[in-house]
Amino acid sequence: MKKRFTFRGGIHPPHFKEATENVAVERAKEPQIVTIPLHQHIGASCEPLVKVGDKVKIGQKIGGAQAFVSAPVHSSIAGTVKKIVSLPSSTGSNTMSIVIESDGSNEIHEDVKPKGKLHSLSKEKILEIIKEAGITGMGGAGFPTFVKLSPPPEKTIDTIILNGAECEPYLTADHRLMLESPKKIVLGLKAIMKAVGVRKGYIGIEDNKPDAIEIMEKAAINDPHIEVVVLKTKYPQGDEKRLINAATGRIVPSGGLPMDVGVIVNNVGTAFAVADAIETGMPLVERVVTVTGSAVKEPKNLIVKVGTSFKEIIEQCGGYKQKPGKIISGGPMMGIAQYTDEVPVIKGTSGILVLNEKEAHIPNPQACIRCGKCVDICPVNLQPLFISQFSMKRMYDEAEGYQALACIECGSCSYICPSKRPLLHSIRMAKREIISKRKKS
Amino acid sequence: MDNNLIASSSPHLRSNETISRVMLDVLIALLPAAIGSIWFFGLDAVILISLAIGAAVISEWICQRVMNRPVSINDLSAAVTGLLVAFNIPPTAPWWIPVIGSAFAIIIVKQLFGGLGHNFMNPALAARAMLLASWPVTMTNWIQPGTQVSADAVSSATTLAILSGDSKAALPSLTDVFFGNVAGCLGETSAFLLIIGGIYLLYRGVINWRIPFTYIATVAVFTLVFGEAFAVDLDPTRMIYHILAGGLMLGAFYMATDYSSSPISARGQVIFGIGCGLITIVIRLQGGYPEGVSYAILLMNLAAPLIDKYTKPKVFGEVK
Repeated sequence: MKKRFTFRGGIHPPHFKEATENVAVERAKEPQIVTIPLHQHIGASCEPLVKVGDKVKIGQKIGGAQAFVSAPVHSSIAGTVKKIVSLPSSTGSNTMSIVIESDGSNEIHEDVKPKGKLHSLSKEKILEIIKEAGITGMGGAGFPTFVKLSPPPEKTIDTIILNGAECEPYLTADHRLMLESPKKIVLGLKAIMKAVGVRKGYIGIEDNKPDAIEIMEKAAINDPHIEVVVLKTKYPQGDEKRLINAATGRIVPSGGLPMDVGVIVNNVGTAFAVADAIETGMPLVERVVTVTGSAVKEPKNLIVKVGTSFKEIIEQCGGYKQKPGKIISGGPMMGIAQYTDEVPVIKGTSGILVLNEKEAHIPNPQACIRCGKCVDICPVNLQPLFISQFSMKRMYDEAEGYQALACIECGSCSYICPSKRPLLHSIRMAKREIISKRKKS
Repeated sequence: MDNNLIASSSPHLRSNETISRVMLDVLIALLPAAIGSIWFFGLDAVILISLAIGAAVISEWICQRVMNRPVSINDLSAAVTGLLVAFNIPPTAPWWIPVIGSAFAIIIVKQLFGGLGHNFMNPALAARAMLLASWPVTMTNWIQPGTQVSADAVSSATTLAILSGDSKAALPSLTDVFFGNVAGCLGETSAFLLIIGGIYLLYRGVINWRIPFTYIATVAVFTLVFGEAFAVDLDPTRMIYHILAGGLMLGAFYMATDYSSSPISARGQVIFGIGCGLITIVIRLQGGYPEGVSYAILLMNLAAPLIDKYTKPKVFGEVK
């Protein structure tokens, strides 16, 4: 067996992946209406490039921004722009969105055409393609990929890591993508490596996905510069700093970025989108979404057009089996709970998880017994119990002294706590207060 | 759909761990030693253990009612404290000793300082210290195992008292000391049964190795090298007696590891364990009192917040 890599700390939540890990990806039904938020990423919001009443086609750019840190958005269907209004988005807030009604023609925009073979494309050209395709990190946070791949000149990057850990319970979208499109992921990785000018590429996969490890190794066999790294199954193995540590042994300084140690991490889904943008010229207008959870009748992995509502997707999975208690965009550890199912799938939606009322129940917090489990498992070596106590007493300076800002919000502390204390919740509060105080001064 | 969705912040998944499960694990771990005490000391042990647990639970209930706090006797923490109080009293103790001990542990040491998780000392050990100071003769009235207080009690001395020269009785065999067939407090005599429970706690992840291991190792190293009054004299047999006899196993696995009154950081726990070991050695080899575990742990309990303050772990990637 190959050597398995990992990091210090972490937890072993149940995987809950059985429902969808062996279910092949299928295409969701064409939506009649899509709601495409103009802000799906970290950075500046896009301005609409179309007006109400305009005809749009698949792959047409409908939102763009001048700011460096931003990513354009494209129409995922062909039809007519019905509204441009502020609507709830799955990021948790209301966002200016373009509502498009399908005309059923499925016409593809003229700009969408293959960009040629990878070896014929220059570094600049690849970056341009990634930028224009509106590709953002597909693991959840949604940082514009083009920006990530354009580090300031003083940073030397020598390694690209693709994140195929998928350490979140329930989610299988990346797993299925690796099984079904390994060649395309490797092509995407090569394109990213070429765009940044590095020779070394890793693909990190947790050992609970042996089939994906085997297939990815096979897909990369002809490229000596690409290596599959087998990771121990442990949450949050897919956090980029844990991943870098496991794959390369490098430690990203606290408060620093992966590029400080010469590494850029991208999700396998992002690499797939990059390959797609080069091979077909299609911008990022659809993605694989795992639809699962105890309250969903037929859990599935679906290719979903950006802008399709959660409700429509859940209905395609047989609807609700039980009364839903919680609908989560993403995984159960870091995903965002929604207050309605009428929010759109966006570029960063890796999963739609529906928990029943019992699972959604928020346990009553009890007194901290100082068992120290949160300290043992914290992947960044924090002492969550102390930060949380200070935060609850509004002693934010003290919380800062205990390095609250180093928290990566993985939620392992809240998960493990036998007293069911809202550890991460209160640490987040402290972080927000500390940051807003810094901005003021 | 009707809008009853819960939109709380992540994580949305919680482990099955609960306080009562942790406490139940401690009770399970203490069960072999409890059965052992009944085997060695008979009905007296049953009565004293029942009284101690009952008094602890009732004290907690009354306290929480009077203080208008939610009653939490179901979390089993009071039962654990009660059982540990019983383990720390001699089998000859009259009925009111465990009752007063448990009430003191729960009311004064635990509830008045804020309840579960806020006690600054191990409640059961504080109770033992209080009882020993108040009724020194009653609390040191030892008998041979297998004899009953009511009928045929044969008074005896503890192994450590014999070892320190306080008593001229013959030293019991190592086998008897290991299995617990010696005079002593109810729950402390059988190193064997306490170790079984300790291994269970380690396996369940309720405690970690740091405090018990460093504590026992410190005692082992010093008693290997030093005899009474710190006279240098290599003697492995003495070392084994010191490890197995007295309250070391009970203290190291079940008392020093008390969450509320021990440090939380890994380095802090190592310091704490070594500190407990050193104080135990000083009391046993130099002090006038043959047993040192309870005072060692109580003193280190007081130092725990300070240790925690100076042993904050280094954050991942921290640049200093």
